[in-house]
Amino acid sequence: MTDAAIQLRGVRKVFTTGGREVVALDGIDLDVAAGELVCLLGPSGCGKSTLLNAVAGFSPPTSGTIVANGRPVTDTGPDRAMVFQEYALFPWMTVERNVAFGLEMKGTPRAQIRERVDRLLRQLNLHEFKDRFPKDLSGGMRQRVAIARVLAIDPPMLLMDEPFGALDALTRRTLQDELLRIWAALKKTIVFVTHGIEESIYLADRVVVMTYRPGTVKRIVPITLPRPRDTAAPEFNALKREISQLVMEEQARHAEAEAAGTTAA
Amino acid sequence: MNRLIRHGVRLGRQLLVPVLVLAVWEAISDAGWVSPIVLPSPSQVLLRWIAYAKPAEPYDPAQGSWLGWAFSGELPHDAVASLIRVAGGFALGAALALPLGLLMGASRIVHELMNPIVQILRPIPPIAYIPLAILWFGLGNPPAFFLISLGAFFPVLMNTIAGVRSVDAIYLRAARNLGAPQSTLFWRIMVPAAMPYILAGLRIGIGVAFIVVIVAEMIAVNSGLGYRILEAREYFWSDKVIAGMISIGIAGLGIDAFMNRLNSWLLRWHRGMEG
Repeated sequence: MTDAAIQLRGVRKVFTTGGREVVALDGIDLDVAAGELVCLLGPSGCGKSTLLNAVAGFSPPTSGTIVANGRPVTDTGPDRAMVFQEYALFPWMTVERNVAFGLEMKGTPRAQIRERVDRLLRQLNLHEFKDRFPKDLSGGMRQRVAIARVLAIDPPMLLMDEPFGALDALTRRTLQDELLRIWAALKKTIVFVTHGIEESIYLADRVVVMTYRPGTVKRIVPITLPRPRDTAAPEFNALKREISQLVMEEQARHAEAEAAGTTAA
Repeated sequence: MNRLIRHGVRLGRQLLVPVLVLAVWEAISDAGWVSPIVLPSPSQVLLRWIAYAKPAEPYDPAQGSWLGWAFSGELPHDAVASLIRVAGGFALGAALALPLGLLMGASRIVHELMNPIVQILRPIPPIAYIPLAILWFGLGNPPAFFLISLGAFFPVLMNTIAGVRSVDAIYLRAARNLGAPQSTLFWRIMVPAAMPYILAGLRIGIGVAFIVVIVAEMIAVNSGLGYRILEAREYFWSDKVIAGMISIGIAGLGIDAFMNRLNSWLLRWHRGMEG
C-alpha cells in the first residue's frame, strides 16, 4: 500500500519510570490513506496520544517504523502539523502573529504571509480578533486560531490531540462541523485522537479502538454513514453501542489497574 | 452624586491616619517636649524641603533657560546624580546578568559550570563589597557603579534562569512542529515566554540598585541623595535629613511606578495583566 499517508509497522513504545518499564504501545500496524480522517479512540492510558506524538516525531518509538508522507519519521516537522488540546498558542503573540509564525519559519515573503493569514482569518471568522492576544479569546476561539495556525503552512496532514476535549458541548459541535468543512474542502489527512465515542463516529472515516496498556489496535471500525451525520439516527446509535462496548471493556481494565495502583505511566 | 460622596468618604479614610500622625508629630514638636534636633516639626521639615528643592539664585534670563533655572536647586542635582548612578549601575548589572541567565537557563552545561560560583557569591550582600570596592576603585563614581551593578546583577540573573527553565515545553514543541530552527526557539519562544520572570527580576534588581546607591553615596561620593542626608547629619540638620529621606522615598516610588508601567505594557499579553 504505497499511497498511504502514514504507515505504522510494529510500533512499540516502552517508557521507563522509576525503574519500572511500562509498555505504552505494542505491535501497532496501521495505514492511514491520504485524505482520510481517522480517529484514535480509547480510555486514557491507552497510548493514543503517545502514538500521535510518535507520528508527530516528538517522541520516537522504541521499535518499529513510522513512515509519513513517504519519509521515515525522525523528527517533528511542518508536514505533520499538530493541534494540541491545550491550544499551545504563543500567548505573547497576537492572533495574527500566531497564524503567521509557521509561514515566517518557512521564509515566505512578507506580503504573501499577510495575504494568506488575512484570508485564513476571514475563513475562520477570526478576522476581527487578529490583534487580540490569546488570553482574550474563549477556548473555542483559541482552538480555531490553533487550527488556522497549522492550516497556514498548508500541511498535507493534521495531527490533532483531543483538540476539542476542553470545550463545552455546543462549541465542540461547531468546531467539529468546521473541521469537517475544512477537511472536505482541503482534503487533508487527519489523525484525530479522542476519548469521545460520539465524536469519533461523527468525524471519522475509520475509528481505531485501542486497548488499555499495552496500547494495541483492538478493532478498526469503518464508518460509512453519509455526512453530515445525524447523531440521533438509528445507524449512528448502533455504531455507538458497538464501539461503546469495545471501549468500555478497555475502560474496565483501566479501572482495574487504577484500583491496583498500577496506572502511573 | 452618590459616587462623589463615596469617593470623598474613601479619600477621607485614606488620609485620616497620615494626617493624624502629622498632627500629633507637629503638636509634640510645638509643645517643646523634644529637641528640634532630635525631631523637627513637620512644618519645619516642609520649609527645609522647599529650601532644598528651590533654586539658590533668583531667575536671571541671561544665565540660561527658565527650565534650567527651575532645576538648579540642590535637590534636583542630588536626585539626578542618584538616578544616573542607579540607571548606569543597573544597566551594567542587568546587561551582564541577562545573557548569562539566558545561557544558564537554556544550557545544562553552562549551568553546571557557572552555578557553583553564582551560589557562593549570591548570598553576599552588595554592601559587604564596600571595602573591596574602595580598594579596587578608590572613591567617586566607579565604586558606586560597581556596587549598584552588583546589587542588580543577582536578582536579574536568578529570575532569568528561573524564567527560561519555567518555559512550558508545549510552546517549544509547537514551534518546532511549525518548523522553527534552534535559534528561533531561543529568541522567539524562550525569551518572550520567560519575560514575566525576567521583568520581575529587573524590578527587584532596580529596587536593590536604589538601596545600594544610597549606601554607596554615603561612603564613596560627594553628591546624591544618600550623600546629602549624611552631610546634613554632620551639621545636626535633622530637618534636612528627613527632607532628604522623603525625597529618596519619592524617587523610589517614581522608579517603581515606571517599572510597573513598563511591566504592564510588555506583559499586556499575559494572563492576569489585563486592565
